Amino acid sequence: MSTKKFLYVNRKAPYGTIYALESLEVVLIGAAFEQDVSLAFLDDGVYQLAKGQSTEEVGMKNFSPTYRALGDYDVNKIYVEQESLDARGLTLDDLQPLTYEDEDDDWAEKDSIKVVSTAEMAEIMEQSDVVMSF
Amino acid sequence: MALDVGGKSVETDEEGYLENRDEWTQEIAEAIAVSENLEMSDSHWEVVNFLREYYEEYQIAPAVRVLTKAIGKKLGKDKGNSKYLYELYPYGPAKQACKIAGLPKPTGCV
Repeated sequence: MSTKKFLYVNRKAPYGTIYALESLEVVLIGAAFEQDVSLAFLDDGVYQLAKGQSTEEVGMKNFSPTYRALGDYDVNKIYVEQESLDARGLTLDDLQPLTYEDEDDDWAEKDSIKVVSTAEMAEIMEQSDVVMSF
Repeated sequence: MALDVGGKSVETDEEGYLENRDEWTQEIAEAIAVSENLEMSDSHWEVVNFLREYYEEYQIAPAVRVLTKAIGKKLGKDKGNSKYLYELYPYGPAKQACKIAGLPKPTGCV
């Protein structure tokens, strides 16, 4: 089986709809098939990675810690759109750090999140074989 | 479905996974193990405890590939391999050990 480049695009806030959680589950399940997986976060989707989420008041499971397991699943290309952060008054510091251990570099811990411009994001989408939008 | 543990009834789903993770006790774990025809040794507990810690931290039950790698990192290479884990849990380390640990079925497991 040849490897395809999968890109999962996340555009919605984490709670209120089921899209964010469904996307995360599809990513985790898909990771078992050893494809080349990238994640993109834009528009309100950037809130999915926000630090310090609390869901007690809304009665939903807080699944934000699960994003930190993505590194274990070899999902370590996580692109966040700069313009979406800017429009919401957010910076990289407002997002929880996501890391992975680089097998080819003596298991050094590296950052998975990369902030990119709209133009770079378009290029990433262009180069993907399969784009799934949530 | 319900499991009888020390005279108390504990709710499980149709596959035997606990409905309410907070109800979990060691006694319940032992009872689930018996229903799986397993005798819990220290090695079995090590995996169950590892899974509970993993769930606490990441809010998911890891896929078997991830579990194997993570166990290897934490408990050593001699334990972080499929052979060792399948010897402990013949019907799938992620599946069986998660059930005993009172966790949901691993995401992506069928």
